[in-house]
Amino acid sequence: MDKRHFDVELDQLRQKLVMMATKVEILINHSIEAIRKRDAAAAETALAMDKEIDRMEIEIEEAAISLIARYQPAAGDLRFLVGAIKINNDLERIGDHGVNIAQSAALLAGRPDVKVLADIPWMAGLAVSMLKDSLDSFISGDSEKAREVCTRDDQVDELKDQILRIVLTFMMEKPDFISSGMTLILVARNLERIADLATDISEEAIYIHHGKVIKHGAEQQPEASGQDVVS
Amino acid sequence: MDCKFDIQDLSVYWRGNLSLKKVSLKISSSQILGIIGPAGSGKTTFLRSLDRMNELEPGFKAEGRVLLDGEDIYGAGYDAVTLRKKVGMVFALPVALPMSVYENVVYGPRLAGIRNHDRLDELVEQSLTAAFMWNEVKDRLDMSGLRLSGGQQQRLCLARVLAMEPEVILLDEPCSGLDPISTAKIEEALTELKKKYTIILVTNNTKQAARIADQTAFFLMGELIEMGVTDRIFTAPVHKQTDDYVTGRFG
Repeated sequence: MDKRHFDVELDQLRQKLVMMATKVEILINHSIEAIRKRDAAAAETALAMDKEIDRMEIEIEEAAISLIARYQPAAGDLRFLVGAIKINNDLERIGDHGVNIAQSAALLAGRPDVKVLADIPWMAGLAVSMLKDSLDSFISGDSEKAREVCTRDDQVDELKDQILRIVLTFMMEKPDFISSGMTLILVARNLERIADLATDISEEAIYIHHGKVIKHGAEQQPEASGQDVVS
Repeated sequence: MDCKFDIQDLSVYWRGNLSLKKVSLKISSSQILGIIGPAGSGKTTFLRSLDRMNELEPGFKAEGRVLLDGEDIYGAGYDAVTLRKKVGMVFALPVALPMSVYENVVYGPRLAGIRNHDRLDELVEQSLTAAFMWNEVKDRLDMSGLRLSGGQQQRLCLARVLAMEPEVILLDEPCSGLDPISTAKIEEALTELKKKYTIILVTNNTKQAARIADQTAFFLMGELIEMGVTDRIFTAPVHKQTDDYVTGRFG
């Protein structure tokens, strides 16, 4: 049987979302590289990429709403479309955090290097791997990988707290460092938000593919009341 | 919630061919159960088994038990007239009788022996009000039922069922020939009526089941594949076949 128009449009939406996810991943990698290299020009590139991501966000949202309005989808299709709208929003926000990081890189450029920076790339590596795996699980439906992303979020939170403690200590010891320290805290905060949003994407991936709600620690099976009959 | 119908291993044969295969399910009172499934899945056969309408057809044979309020309607000695008083049915095509709106509604109660005019007037107003059409026809009750629109005729059929004061209402594709406005009026009426009646609705329009049914059962090739809370059936069904059907990919 030929594919229905609905399926063709659903595939197009899925491809566009994957394309947007790829762009967001590139933007985040670019921003983190800018922090490592103290690249002052990185912010401009990141901003340009973010504009493209913002445009895609609007296109994807409109396409998903249009599909819901015209076809009134149910079950797996409905879960995908609702999930796509949420992931679309998550990706856009991740892009914004990438821009913030690139702008921080510009602020840090030219300032004296400090030891505290060593933990930022580590945290960034974790956040980026979470983002990559969450997007993989969204595409493939690999629930194991998605669940694993959720557990890694705690490590990122701990790292952020650790960085915060170290930076605050430096700031107290060296008032000259306060400005750089504030920027580093901002970077850590943005990385932590990226990890949170990657966790959201993983939770959405599980809901889309398996119909299970796992967010807020309240994992529940599809409602199975005493009335349920399943052959 | 009280169990109105308890269907246990119900199998139905038509001239020796099995068309309903060991269906077991419980239907709660004061709820709408939506029954969905493709053509030939056995949903109408199942519905007609609940008021023994199938047994009027030659070659019909049923196995298993259909308990209504704990009593097997196929058991020896269960009176078909009593059953049909308790269980009313609305068909796909509205069949208004060639008489006035008023006479259409009181036809059943009169047959059941009600003669008191005040009581009949009361039943007409009650039934037409519950079928969401009293305000439309209260000034022309003597008009022929055949002059009503398709949607009004279907609501008249519903009012005719309600006038018998049943406990269960079976509906077989009640909106199949109706426009969206008439469909919405029937759906509004059913949503109100479920407070007082047990409603079992067979529909080919899955969206209709999604809109108004509390529970939904999916039938396929004579088998009950899955039944559950409507929200779950339409968002996260357990069976792939159910998913394929409600997403329109079936076949």
